[in-house]
This record gives sequence, structure tokens and C-alpha cells, in this order.
Amino acid sequence: MINIYEVTETNQMISQENLDVRTITLGISLMDCIDSDLEKLNEKIYNKITTIAKDLVPTGQAIEKEFGIPIVNKRISITPISLIGAAACKSPADFVTIAKTLDKAAHTVGVNFIGGYSALVSKGMTPAEENLIRSIPEALAVTERVCSSVNVGSTKTGINMDAVKLCGEIVKEAAEATKDRDSLGCAKLVIFCNAPDDNPFMAGAFLGVTEADAVINVGVSGPGVVKHAIEQVRGKGFEELCETIKKTAFKITRVGQLVAGEASKRLGIPFGIIDLSLAPTPAVGDSIAEILEEIGLERVGAPGTTAALAMLNDQVKKGGVMASSYVGGLSGAFIPVSEDQGMIDAVSVGALTLEKLEAMTCVCSVGLDMIAIPGKTKASTISGIIADEMAIGMVNQKTTAVRLIPVIGKDVGEVAEFGGLLGYAPIIPVNEFDCSAFVNRKGRIPAPIHSFKN
Amino acid sequence: MKKCIITVVGKDTVGIIAKVCTYLAENNINILDISQTIVQGYFNMMMVTDVSKAEKEFGTVAEELEVIGEEIGVTIRCQRAEIFEKMHRL
Repeated sequence: MINIYEVTETNQMISQENLDVRTITLGISLMDCIDSDLEKLNEKIYNKITTIAKDLVPTGQAIEKEFGIPIVNKRISITPISLIGAAACKSPADFVTIAKTLDKAAHTVGVNFIGGYSALVSKGMTPAEENLIRSIPEALAVTERVCSSVNVGSTKTGINMDAVKLCGEIVKEAAEATKDRDSLGCAKLVIFCNAPDDNPFMAGAFLGVTEADAVINVGVSGPGVVKHAIEQVRGKGFEELCETIKKTAFKITRVGQLVAGEASKRLGIPFGIIDLSLAPTPAVGDSIAEILEEIGLERVGAPGTTAALAMLNDQVKKGGVMASSYVGGLSGAFIPVSEDQGMIDAVSVGALTLEKLEAMTCVCSVGLDMIAIPGKTKASTISGIIADEMAIGMVNQKTTAVRLIPVIGKDVGEVAEFGGLLGYAPIIPVNEFDCSAFVNRKGRIPAPIHSFKN
Repeated sequence: MKKCIITVVGKDTVGIIAKVCTYLAENNINILDISQTIVQGYFNMMMVTDVSKAEKEFGTVAEELEVIGEEIGVTIRCQRAEIFEKMHRL
């Protein structure tokens, strides 16, 4: 039988170390809503989402209460809208009407984000996909809860550089369209390479076309728990450090598995995957940077950061896979700058640069995330940064992503405020040497060879 | 059987167990095991209970116990046992 020390340990994780289930994300396929009449399409989308997801939020709240574990977010991911809207939408403005419908549905069922205003264009773009991408700035400006993503590359197809060029411009336009709110629109837009079909985390969540009609995916968290655990092995060798991280990751993931199973049973919707992630929040003590600092770095960004992060990420996976039969999504430590107090501090004191963040993304999920850059940054430079990050994902057969916020009207030394879980971020300097001749070349970067690994 | 773990954490005072037990008896909740310890100077009690015969909803029981805790100045939590079993047992 469970003893009092185990019970106390669990409850201390919840009450003092910010252990929570970060999100229950209900994936809903919209394939059966497709219609060539735009009005009918919107109606079908609204009806399907509000029918399938009507019990999501109350069920999540009931589970929270019974198990005494916070479930921070309840969210919805949907089939990429570029596919669903292709038959009905003849212009970017047509797509925006769907974004409004999604926003309305999200408000009705009470979820805080709905992801899947997306296009998958890793090899080429259809006219509908291009229209959707061009509609993103307006869609994100006129809606509150809709999240958007574009997959522009993969290990199998290479990188669609035409889409990369377009996305650099779209990021800039999305920033302009929301400049009154520190360019918040860009915080809801992710550019991916190797995007997973079952990711429960926003802003990049969508439900891939290979998925079932409805599915429950759960994202766990708990940087504070890991930090507290490794405080107990300060000064000890790597073997003990790794063991401690693995055991902690196991415990965290088991809670996620339990919640996922309960949610699936109560909603009558099959369980998909657990995403084994260490996802920080701006709360003190809920930070990946603080874990890295506890491992032995004065500040995140110092030499050794990439190695420490690689080790952390690997141990989290090793502990987590034992705790759940189905692991998927992004699964790894997240390093969003604005959502992690330790990262914010490291940028503020100059310990952490964009280049070091890029190196860190080679060894963890997911990419250059929630980074505020000067508003004057050129679209071609943003495309160049996207291309670099996509190349890392393509060559290393991993998911990478870019969520940059060019904060219009602000420059290095100033701070962008996004509010809530999205936090705030000091604006980081960007290398200003030009790359437009590279970005303006047409076509795609071919898929890489998978032999001669060097 | 629907097992549920009730924990009480706080400053030690007269009648904590009595108050909790009275509530449980009134609501037809059976106590299977009780253990108690002092952790970092704090009174720590854990009860393993069976709530399958309780008439009230689980959430209501948890809320009412929380209120009793506030009255006597301790934190009372009522959670389904699976969260602990999942986390600490293979």
C-alpha cells in the first residue's frame, strides 16, 4: 500500500514545485466538414467542434478535482485548414472567415487555444495553401484563440524555400497587423520542419490527416520538479544526476498517462499520445534555464549549455518512455525565451544570444521559440533564420520550429509584453548582414543524403 | 472499492482527527488505514478511505473537507488513490 512519504512527495510536487498536466488537447478531424459552399463549410466546422468538444473543459475540471492535479490548459487541434478550406476558399479573405468560425467555436466550448490554422507545404504549395498562408496575418489579428502553423520542410522532402521566403514576409506582416499589442500575432504562428501530426502543444498543434476522427493527446510538464530533484544531488557525478532526472521524468509522465486515460474514458474518445515535455512557464521555479543552472552553469548560454541540455533532454525521454506506452508529439525540453524566467534573465544580462539558442535547438525540442527581435528586422533576414532552423531539423531528422516576434516599434534593450502564459521578453539582437540573394533564389533545398554521416 | 487518500498537513492541534472522522462517518466513508508523522515540524496525516458507499459526489466531499481544514487551520486534501499508485508503483 502507498505510504505517507510517497503521498507527501506527490503533493509537494503539486503544491510547491508546480507539477501539472500542461494540456489536454482534443484532436478533431474536420475532413467530413469539407464543402464547396463557404457558408455551409463554416457551419459544419462550428457544429462539429462544438459537438465533439462540448464536455472537454468540464471533464478536465472534474479530473483536476478528483486527483488534485492542476490541468492548466484544455485545447483543441484540428485538421490543417488549408485542406479543409481548399474547395470553398478562393481568396485569403475567404480563409479568414474560417479563422473567425474557429475562434467562435473555441469561445463556445471554453478552450484557450485552437490550433490547426495550418498549411503543410514542405515540398510545394497549392493555390489554397498559398491563400491560407497569405491570410495568416489578418486571421491572427482578428481572432484571439486561433493558432497557426506552416510546415515548410522535412527530412524526406527537403526545404521549400519559396515557402520560407513567403513565411518571412508573413511573420513581418503578422507583426505589423498586431503592432498595437507588441506584435502578439507572431506568438500564435509557428514555422516547422518535420511537424508532428499529434503534437498537443500550442501554437504548433494540428491534427494530421493520418489521425482518427477524434483523439486525446496530453502534454505533461514539471521543470520545477526536476529542478528540486537534482538539487538533492548537487556535486554528485553524472550517473547519479542522470538517474535522478530519469526517475523524476517517469513520475511526471505517469501522472500524464493517468490523466490521459481518465479523459479518454470519460469523453469516450481514444487516447493518442503523451508528449514528454518539460514545458516552462514564466512562474519562478518553473524554468528549464534554472535546471541547466542547477546542473552547473552560472547562466544558461554559458559554454556547456548545449551539452547539459542534450543530457537533460535524453534523460527526460528515457524516463518518460517507460511511463507511457504511446509517446509522441514533440517530446523534449522546450526553450521558449519569453515563457521562462531563467531564459529571460540570461538574455537580459547578455549570457544568451540568438546563435547559442540556435545551437541549443540541435539537441532538444523544439526550436527558436518565443524570441523577440527588433521590429526593423528585414523579412529576408527572418526567412534566413527560418531556413537555418529548418536545415537543422532536416539534417538531424527532428522537429524544429521558429516562433520569432519582430516587435514593431521596439529595438534591442526594450522589452515586449505578451501577457499570461506567453510572458515577456527582452529584445535580442539579430545579425544584420544581408541574406536576401540567398532567400530570393527560387525552388527548394533538396532532401539530404542519409549515409556518410558526419 | 473506490479508494481515496485524505491528507492533513498543518500545525498540530486538538481534535483534527476527530473532526475529519466525524465528517467521514456522517457521509458513509469507511477508513481503511491511518498513518501519521511529523515532517519538517508539521503534522502530517494520511488516511486511506473507501468512498464507494458515499452518497455525495467526490468533488463535493473534497470541497467540504477543504472547508473543514480551513476552519481548524490545516490543509486537507482528498484525492483518488490512483495518482499515488501510478506515480510510485510499477
